[in-house]
Amino acid sequence: MSADHAGPAAELAARVRRLEGLLEQRGLIDAVRLDRALGAFLAHASPANGARLVARAWVDEGFRQRLLADANAALPELGLSMGGGLQEQRLVVVQNTADSHNVIVCTLCSCYPLALLGPSPTWYKSEAYRSRVVRDPRAVLREFGFELEPPVTISVWDASAETRYMVLPRRPAGTEDLGEPALAALVTRNGLIGVAPL
Amino acid sequence: MAELFRVGDRVRASRVDPAYHTRLPRYARGAVGTVTGLLGRHPLPDRSARRLAAEPEPVYAVRFAAAELFGEGDHTVTIDLWESYLQPVAAEPGGAATGQSR
Repeated sequence: MSADHAGPAAELAARVRRLEGLLEQRGLIDAVRLDRALGAFLAHASPANGARLVARAWVDEGFRQRLLADANAALPELGLSMGGGLQEQRLVVVQNTADSHNVIVCTLCSCYPLALLGPSPTWYKSEAYRSRVVRDPRAVLREFGFELEPPVTISVWDASAETRYMVLPRRPAGTEDLGEPALAALVTRNGLIGVAPL
Repeated sequence: MAELFRVGDRVRASRVDPAYHTRLPRYARGAVGTVTGLLGRHPLPDRSARRLAAEPEPVYAVRFAAAELFGEGDHTVTIDLWESYLQPVAAEPGGAATGQSR
């Protein structure tokens, strides 16, 4: 297991600032353009995006199927994309059902669908979560207050390469009368990671 | 170059513990799983991280039973693995091609 990303953040930040300063000094980057690019990316990176996808999938069966079959192709239907970074990232959406549950992790570092879920929570980057959720997901979910007993099966997705994963949670009971915005408001970041029910 | 594996194929993850950067998680080394998806082609990070030439190669989603990875558990773990990390299970016994029998 690699070192914990949540470790000496101040030291890492200092190294990044130093590197950025050197790159700027040598004319390899333009600080203003860098700030603008980062700002534009982060301004649009929010769990509200993931929530909109989920709400649409709940009300539109065709969209749900397209999202599960090829998420990158379905995202533009809601004006979204995985192309905010250096290259477009492949997105795979995994669907919870009555008897199967999904949870995502990156055991090697902290890969995460930032554009759809916003910046990742600190615990997602912790060595404890990364090492334990692959080995005993039921115990980890229980610590989140989420009891999942057999026969519900659990699939863990380790984003160890270039693909990012997002969970499509189950639609809560009694929400038949709600419209898309109200449904989207029910969707939480932790639900999109798979560590909480909705 | 065509993909070496198809969805449904049984594959074994490499047991090599390299001295350099790799994206093959330690807990999957030597384990047997099933290819569940093709995830495009990307340069092997083991080479690109050392600034060596790295042609894009297939990356697969490979599903492992927890019992295979950890000796216990009833869940599965799906890991995204570069083709270089995998060998066909049919090539056993002995893993003669690479000498990596478990």
